[in-house]
Amino acid sequence: MVLPVAFFGVFFAYPVVAIVGRGLTADDGAWRLGRLGDVLGRPDVLDVLWFTTWQALASTALTLLIALPGAYVFARFDFPGKALLRAVVTVPFVLPTVVVGTAFLALLGRGGLLDELWGVRLDTTVWAILLAHVFFNYAVVVRTVGGLWSQLDPRQEEAARVLGASRFGAWRRVTLPALGPAVAAASLMVFLFTYTSFGIVQILGGPAYRTLEAEVYRQTAQLLDLPTAAVLTLVQFAAVGAILVLHARTVRKRETALRLVDAGSTARRPRGAGQWALLGGVLLSAVLLLLLPLTVLVRRSFDGGLGYYRALQDVSASGGTFLVPPLEAVGNSLEYAAVATGIALLVGGLAAAALARRAGRFVRGFDALLMLPLGVSAVTVGFGFLIALDEPPLDLRSSWILVPLAQALVGVPFVVRTMLPVLRAVDVRLREAAAVLGASPWRVWREVDLPLVGRALAVAAGFAFAVSLGEFGATVFIARPDNPTLPVAVARLLGRPGDLNYGQAMALSTILMVVCAVALLLLERIRADRAGEW
Amino acid sequence: MLALRDVTVRFGARAAVDAVSLDVADHEVVCVLGPSGSGKSTLLRVVAGLQPVTAGRVLLDGADQSGVPVHRRGVGLMFQDHQLFPQRDVAGNVAFGLRMRGVARVERAARVAELLDLVGLPGAGRRAVAALSGGEQQRVALARALAPRPRLLMLDEPLGQLDRGLRERLVVELRQLFGRLGTTVLAVTHDQGEAFALADRVVVMRDGRVAQSGTPLEVWQRPASEFVARFLGFDNVVPGTVTGRAADTVWGRIPVPAGSAQGAARVLVRPAGVRLGDPAGGLWCTVEARTFRGQSVAVRLRPESGPALEAACALREAPEEGAVVGATFAADEVVVLG
Repeated sequence: MVLPVAFFGVFFAYPVVAIVGRGLTADDGAWRLGRLGDVLGRPDVLDVLWFTTWQALASTALTLLIALPGAYVFARFDFPGKALLRAVVTVPFVLPTVVVGTAFLALLGRGGLLDELWGVRLDTTVWAILLAHVFFNYAVVVRTVGGLWSQLDPRQEEAARVLGASRFGAWRRVTLPALGPAVAAASLMVFLFTYTSFGIVQILGGPAYRTLEAEVYRQTAQLLDLPTAAVLTLVQFAAVGAILVLHARTVRKRETALRLVDAGSTARRPRGAGQWALLGGVLLSAVLLLLLPLTVLVRRSFDGGLGYYRALQDVSASGGTFLVPPLEAVGNSLEYAAVATGIALLVGGLAAAALARRAGRFVRGFDALLMLPLGVSAVTVGFGFLIALDEPPLDLRSSWILVPLAQALVGVPFVVRTMLPVLRAVDVRLREAAAVLGASPWRVWREVDLPLVGRALAVAAGFAFAVSLGEFGATVFIARPDNPTLPVAVARLLGRPGDLNYGQAMALSTILMVVCAVALLLLERIRADRAGEW
Repeated sequence: MLALRDVTVRFGARAAVDAVSLDVADHEVVCVLGPSGSGKSTLLRVVAGLQPVTAGRVLLDGADQSGVPVHRRGVGLMFQDHQLFPQRDVAGNVAFGLRMRGVARVERAARVAELLDLVGLPGAGRRAVAALSGGEQQRVALARALAPRPRLLMLDEPLGQLDRGLRERLVVELRQLFGRLGTTVLAVTHDQGEAFALADRVVVMRDGRVAQSGTPLEVWQRPASEFVARFLGFDNVVPGTVTGRAADTVWGRIPVPAGSAQGAARVLVRPAGVRLGDPAGGLWCTVEARTFRGQSVAVRLRPESGPALEAACALREAPEEGAVVGATFAADEVVVLG
């Protein structure tokens, strides 16, 4: 409990306080709270607030609608290539938002696939943003909900059927309530991501559609209006805080001890035309929604044969954008992500363990606090790191650890959210049985909790790793020029004019995609291997 | 061995355990008997250290256990629903406590084999616990609890989930096993048959308090209160006034054993003490129902005054339903309750 609190205090609260303080105080140190009212009274700011909220709601609803059948299929059906497909659907989530935006621009925009085939262009409509959000968050629902779903005992539904419930009735009354916390957690994540969407909106929204995050960035980086950015950050903070409190209340009411079974025993081959049709529909929608943009991306990276890839090994080909060959970003990203995953698992695991065992106001407050890094804009975190951690008492600006720390900060909420429902579902008397047999609290955690939540831990590690690999908003502020990460390198290339830079960005994105896919496939392997032992 | 001194546990305003004092001697098997909600499981959790006490002390071998964490108390607890570790096989479960105490691998394996022999599951070490039947799970749970040689073994409804035949066989096996090993046992159950078969001493609990403590025979023969009597299944209880060797009740004058307390009291007549004869020779009753109980027949009587009365008679002596009989009472089957 102490370590997570300290971690969040130093690396999250402190930088955020620093940036808000800088925004809301004048040079002489006096408070300028009147700015709050001034900024919030502006019609353009109100427009931004309204758009941010409704597009997030619409994106969340659309994501649930499309991804819940996917979660069911992955949890309950066995089919060839399932492990591969599970990794594939997760790839979009770890792509830098900039790349997702570009891929959809390539698909839906001028000269894109739809334009070529039917003359349809969606890049000027809000549909492009919504579809890109679904693309991006599909995996969140499939992983979070499907992960729990696969461990629910199907016999519970059978018991309800025997008691006279229809197939749908049994699902609605037995499975749905059990899935409730996971669905709520997934919805919350999707809502937060879309609420704070930055890269996608930046590219697909144009001047017409701006979210709070994009506005904060515009105010900070383009207009250099720190006070307005700080006020907008505060608004976002308050809104996200309110959502999180609401979420914590809902989940607390519904999280109960579930009978979890081995996931391997719950999936089976689809039976009957209806189930095959469902499987087919999910696979088709996954292909259309998820694979098509990626395919377009890959195809464009090979537009010049291997030329773009060759250029990545060459510093001079970038025209002075980089100090090192762009390809080195691959190694940097992997190292940073590995360290960040370690930190996130340690901090998030301890936090989840503490939260699962204790109750009370303080613990619930901390639970919500843990989610805040997701809600506060990544741009703010990065900028806060830059201005807060570059002077004594903490001068980490020149240290490489700064990047993994920022990435871990974003990864921890995933770890906690994934582990907590499963940890809370572990029967408390199992722990008591171990304690009576002589296991100290630490051994109880190692011998009882860890094996039972191993799957969740693996999923959490995958998430943390993926998030770290794809993290862009904060990293772009603090990555050193000679050590760029993959997303930062992609963004720098996209920011330069010319086909060569654009092609290199596509090539580097493709590499990032492959790295993520390989990493996730390895993870799936580990999970499959260990499943026999557990 | 174990001593509880005025132990109280409160959940909010309700006292689940209320000023309970209890001693368990070395090698003694004590069974706490009571209806559900009487606080008996809480009592075990207190001894194990899983439940903090509101007041009172727990002593093991004379040492105060306050502040001693669960894993250092050196007691064993067999949970009601066993709580076997689902991710480990049978041997992994049995060896768990030994591993926690740092017992070497070879020694551990030997001890596990020995215990599986003891509970009648030789060679079952590699089986998955999910594949075991209820009775087998119970045996594994017992082996797991016994493996680290706890100074006190506690059993929470040890046979609660098993079917009747298995239960009756296992209770005998357990009794023999504890006698052979010299284990000190504190068990709780709501089943009087189980308690009487297992225990050297029975402690009856009601609403968090000790209602009676004694050998099974003492408790059975001389229930201390109407609650204990009714809990043991005796329903022939009426209020009365004891004068000399008889009590005046709505059922008429009932003879009582010599030395009974005098004055107003509740009077219990065990069914075996209700003799049926000619209507003119006793309490005038109509036979309401007859229930065949194997060795005897339970006859339910509706007296001309007072509550229903149960009598136990031999099969060939049992009257027909609807018959009118006269009931008399045998003093040696009558108990004046406190």
